[in-house]
Amino acid sequence: MLAIRRTEAPGGCRLIGMLLLAALSFAAGADAQPGQGGGVFRWGCDPEGGAPYVEADPADPSKVIGYEVDLAALIANRLGLTPQFVPVQFASIDASVRRGDFAIGLCGMEDSPARRGALSATVPYYAFREVITIRDADRGKYHTLANFSGRRVGTLGGSMAYEMLLKAQTDLGVIPVSYDDDVHPYSDLMLGRIDAVLLDHLIADRAMRREKGIYTIPEAVAIGYYVGVLAKDNAALRDRIDTILQAAMRDGSLEAIFRKWGLWNDDQPKLRSWVLAGHDVTTAAAGLSQPPGRAEASPPSSPGGAAPLTGLPAVVRYLPSLLAAAVITIVLSCLSMALAVAVGVVVASGRVYGGAVTRAVLTGYVELTRGTPVLLQLFVLYYGLAEFVRLPAFVAALVGLGLNYAAYESEIYRSALEAVPKGQLEAARVLGLSERQVFALVRGPQALRLALAPMTNDFVALLKDSSLVSVLTVVELTKQTSIFAANIGSWVIPGALCAAMYLGMSLPLSRVARNLEAKWKAPTA
Amino acid sequence: MEGTNGVDGVLLRARGVQLRRGARDVLLGVDLEVGSGEFVALMGLSGGGKTTFLRAVAGLEAFDRGQLAVDGVELQPGMLPRQPVLGALRRKVGMVFQSHYLFEHMSALQNVWLAPVHAYGIDRGEAEGRARQLLDQMGVGARASALPRELSGGEAQRVAIARALAVDPPLLLMDEPTASLDPARRDELGGTLMGLTTDGRTLLVATHDDDFVRDYADRVIVMAEGRVVEQGDPQQVLTNPQHPATRQLLHQTHARGSGRRVS
Repeated sequence: MLAIRRTEAPGGCRLIGMLLLAALSFAAGADAQPGQGGGVFRWGCDPEGGAPYVEADPADPSKVIGYEVDLAALIANRLGLTPQFVPVQFASIDASVRRGDFAIGLCGMEDSPARRGALSATVPYYAFREVITIRDADRGKYHTLANFSGRRVGTLGGSMAYEMLLKAQTDLGVIPVSYDDDVHPYSDLMLGRIDAVLLDHLIADRAMRREKGIYTIPEAVAIGYYVGVLAKDNAALRDRIDTILQAAMRDGSLEAIFRKWGLWNDDQPKLRSWVLAGHDVTTAAAGLSQPPGRAEASPPSSPGGAAPLTGLPAVVRYLPSLLAAAVITIVLSCLSMALAVAVGVVVASGRVYGGAVTRAVLTGYVELTRGTPVLLQLFVLYYGLAEFVRLPAFVAALVGLGLNYAAYESEIYRSALEAVPKGQLEAARVLGLSERQVFALVRGPQALRLALAPMTNDFVALLKDSSLVSVLTVVELTKQTSIFAANIGSWVIPGALCAAMYLGMSLPLSRVARNLEAKWKAPTA
Repeated sequence: MEGTNGVDGVLLRARGVQLRRGARDVLLGVDLEVGSGEFVALMGLSGGGKTTFLRAVAGLEAFDRGQLAVDGVELQPGMLPRQPVLGALRRKVGMVFQSHYLFEHMSALQNVWLAPVHAYGIDRGEAEGRARQLLDQMGVGARASALPRELSGGEAQRVAIARALAVDPPLLLMDEPTASLDPARRDELGGTLMGLTTDGRTLLVATHDDDFVRDYADRVIVMAEGRVVEQGDPQQVLTNPQHPATRQLLHQTHARGSGRRVS
């Protein structure tokens, strides 16, 4: 598995990079049809996955390199086509291939029954190990997942490793922590926010090269397999690619690619013999489930070994976790809004009543906050400031959203304060009210009434923006829904449930706001 | 400057009051006196400085030079009054604005008792009783629980007068009180204001309405280009204006057809 990888460039920068790559690839093959055809073999992956999967070529950043690039070239070559790379977010690969953006997703896609149910998957072409990485200092203290009872173990959300952690949560009391990328789990491990990372050995190896002071337990927790994914109705092409992959296993060209990238190991010949023996892939997976050398009590193969749930049973199974996530969303939104209102009132008052310096500082805050993406702010708060202040994820999410929305709230309050006629303020002053009383009795209450409708709007927006905090490992409603969807291989039921829950939260809010407005309109003598 | 403590019967005294707003001279040296219990009309063309003068007296705008005193409270040029002068001034001067500026989120009754309770610490029940009494006196007692937006222009004005009177200031300033009133309402207002002066209150009313002035004011002061140019008995000044500005004023208002009489 490879995933959205953010190192120095989160949020906007990442998006820009993606767009640039997309522009380049479209410029290169403007006449290409979606999917295969037109002499072009379009394949998709997330270029931020990084080495050894796919990364921008340091020598020529307009090109990508990686073992998946070589693999795509091999397949394209044997199909008689020209490979064309399509950059896509990792989490969107399944959906993107289904709608025909490219013929195949080659991106360290894990084999799973859910994926096989929803898409056409190729034979497995690589066996990877799920491994546990810990701090050097803890070496000897932990050996298996069972040692992490009551401890926080991080991984990439929606991955096979995350599924294993969810199972370990039930069976062993491990606390899973979900990340949106595969770099920050390791930096958080160094920071002590989590005690271990469970991820593919390719990613762990890369982290070991990058970070000092971490140690990967050599014994694997499980073995998984990478497959190519195609649209369900593209089984014919999948069969041709299976033939090509099997031929490449036989003639050693696949081995050459993995050797070139330093990925060849003892697991691969076993995978090769199983695939070439024509075993059903899921059987093959089961047969290799025990990592060579050590037999330990670990989940036997991909944790989704059972057939994915559908329909009502799926709803029943996932509803409790969705409701729990919805509670997180509500609590986070309410607390963030409270913070936003409190800070917003202070900022607005400062901008209306303050001196030149106060006004300049507060204007700077508002412009900086409104002019940069909230995602960037969350990253800076959680990861960027981690060396100085280590905020827990929920607190960072609360503060990040709260301070971001405070800028917008302050603008609402400022314009509402300024909308109260100056004449009323003067009338109040002439009557002998102090400035404080003018604010508290005349200006503030009227401004609040003016601000109510836009505030309700903002709160509804905040409810939905709270989904952004999944990048800080907080599992709220949207994150839980995507985990659910990845599990059962369909967005239909999880999406509908999730939408119903958001509506269930936002509609009453609008109602409360309308009632308040109606109440305030009534005479109060 | 002699006092304005009522001993000599003068409640408001202005001497050489100058006020500059940006590059424009608004008041170029206003000299005037208003006696205790007098109903004085302040007339003049638009832009002549009437409203600005009222605002300076109410402590809403700083004047640059000269002297201003209200019932023993002296205002200094160059800055807005500060405590304790400001507090003393607030007890002396009430103001009714042209647009009334009632507090939109409060009922008529709340508008009236707000300042007595919060600014002067009067017991809420007592203040509310007095507020009802004032609204009754102004003829809008039945509208006590209405919100400002539910009031007609005339009703809102009477609530605004009640609000200004609630803190019992000896001097009441009014800006264009007849601007939005029909003739019948205007006569009602005139009667109300005369009633206030018989209670000993002093009125300084800026207006364009020479018929109103003729009918109700004790004295008229005409301002033009930031100065007092003519003053005296309304019948005399308005029937036989001496200053060109007064003549122009009368000509304009009658050409607009706002007066009852065509002289």
